Amino acid sequence: MSQARKKVLEVRDIHKSFGFVKANRGISFDVYEGEILGVIGPNGCGKTTLFNCILGQLKADSGTVSLNGQDVTGQKPAQLAKAGLGRTFQLLQVFDSMTVEENLLTAAQAHVGSIFSRLFMQPDLGKMDDVNRVIEAFRLGHLAKEDAGSLSYGQQKLLDIAMGLMSNPQIVFLDEPAGGVNLSMLADVKSRLLELNEAGMTFAVIEHNMEFIFEVADRIVVIAEGEVLMVGTADEVRNDPKVIEAYLGH
Amino acid sequence: MSQSENLQQEIQGTSLSDYGDSAAWQYLKWGSLVALIIFLIVIPHYVGAYYQFVLSLWAVTAISAQGLNLMMGYAGKVSLAQGAFMGIGAYVSTLLVQNWGVNFWLAMIIAIIVSIIIGAAIGFPALRVEGHYLAFVTLGFNELVVLFLRNEDQWTGGPLGVLNIERPSIFGYSLFEPTRFYYFTLVMLAISSLLVWYMIRSPWGRAFKALKDNPNRAESLGLDTTSYTLMAFAIGSGLAGFSGTLIAPLVEFVEPNQFQLLKSLEYLLMVMVGGRGFLAGPLIGAFFAEVLPEWLRFADEYYLIFFAIFVMLLIRFFPEGVAGFGKQIRRTFFRQTSPQVQGEQNA
Ligand SMILES: Nc1ncnc2c1ncn2[C@@H]1O[C@H](COP(=O)(O)OP(=O)(O)O)[C@@H](O)[C@H]1O
Ligand SMILES: [Mg+2]
Repeated sequence: MSQARKKVLEVRDIHKSFGFVKANRGISFDVYEGEILGVIGPNGCGKTTLFNCILGQLKADSGTVSLNGQDVTGQKPAQLAKAGLGRTFQLLQVFDSMTVEENLLTAAQAHVGSIFSRLFMQPDLGKMDDVNRVIEAFRLGHLAKEDAGSLSYGQQKLLDIAMGLMSNPQIVFLDEPAGGVNLSMLADVKSRLLELNEAGMTFAVIEHNMEFIFEVADRIVVIAEGEVLMVGTADEVRNDPKVIEAYLGH
Repeated sequence: MSQSENLQQEIQGTSLSDYGDSAAWQYLKWGSLVALIIFLIVIPHYVGAYYQFVLSLWAVTAISAQGLNLMMGYAGKVSLAQGAFMGIGAYVSTLLVQNWGVNFWLAMIIAIIVSIIIGAAIGFPALRVEGHYLAFVTLGFNELVVLFLRNEDQWTGGPLGVLNIERPSIFGYSLFEPTRFYYFTLVMLAISSLLVWYMIRSPWGRAFKALKDNPNRAESLGLDTTSYTLMAFAIGSGLAGFSGTLIAPLVEFVEPNQFQLLKSLEYLLMVMVGGRGFLAGPLIGAFFAEVLPEWLRFADEYYLIFFAIFVMLLIRFFPEGVAGFGKQIRRTFFRQTSPQVQGEQNA
């Protein structure tokens, strides 16, 4: 389904080592507009490192990233966020001392005006409607005025994801959105993801939970030992002996 | 499943503005503020010049504490140089007036700008180091400033400082008389408070809090953490400089000892005791530092022991300071709980 679509992101030949550990050994893949791209692989195969290299938290040893044909390799996280790449981290990262509403406003505000003009605009920068829409989409209405730090883990996870897409990015990168989430919340995460994707949002999702990724992803990149093992649909991946070997072989 | 669908339906039927603080809390909050303002306005009619001086000191101290609260309470950047920046403000404005005959108000503005610029420069280490290391860097800067003030006699008057500093006039109206100077410091505190209040409720306030809670996340959301860190230092130090330009004419002399490291530590305590990250925090902290000791005069040298014990108990039981205690009261007694949350708690 993705072949006819526009290519948004092109990742080419990413290498990243930590001392003797070669976390990424030449990873390449593309993200197409409107798809949910799954990224799977055994623990420690380099998925998180890959996201961090693409999104500027880490500096890749070599390789390139281009967004809509523009080279964005080596840009800082804040620049990439402004260019349209939203994300969450594997470990939950919300602003504990701010309310749910404030968390979402904060997530939206870097995309309005300049740092100085923002000082003279209305406090919510006209983003309150967007915030309310996202709060409603994520069923967080009853928690809008609660401090994020006082929410349950699953609720914080939802908020974290909601923050990642507050700026309406071209691609949202999620690192294990289902990690540590209980079953009913898992169903929630899945529904939100599919709804948003239905509405046109593009995702790249690292996930450990196979069932989850097989259900939501249009295409899946399988990584093993820092390299791309294969790219394919859920069915192709599920039945590929190389994949089974990668998971069971170690 | 059906339970969560129920919940969702309920939520959709209610508007977001129904939640948050109860009306009673709003009345209490705004009522206290109005009462405080009225109290501060009428108090000079009931107390003599000395207490008016003490209250002026409170107002001037609170301005500097507001600056540190912005840095430490909101943006999460500790600074042990607040005393030094007051010194910079006090000396720059005083020397401009005394040696160059510059108009007080112009000297004040120049002194504040100098504090802002040096403050931003001190912010650069904060981009690389955090917590204790940052405390050491700023502490070192404080010592450096005091040494400079002590040793560069030809500029600063050396260890003796500058005596007989005149109080300014405004439109030919002298502020020499204690009551007038008190009202003047009160207006300055009001300006500083409005400034901080405006900034904290603006997007900058959220950016500062984000910086404190989780700089990594802030950056990944596109916030320019470098600029915000430098701005927090610039503004926080600028307010200290502002406070310094007021303390010089208030006490009518400046000397290096006024701006020692000990002073900076005192500001740190004020912000912690008053409540980090609360607008009322610095006002409360400055009260403990400048007004309470006057009331506890009978305790004489035991005051410090009382104070130390009080601080330890406070930090032990209310780590968020006095204002944080107020927040707990709000949480407990003045909360307007939404039916959904109650439902969840019961389930
Ligand atoms: N900051 C780091 N320093 C040293 N080694 C790291 C660092 N981050 C990751 N690694 C190593 O790189 C490899 C890949 O890790 P990671 O990308 O987190 O894997 P995944 O997300 O696929 O589980 C692992 O062997 C891990 O120990
Ligand atoms: Mg990982």
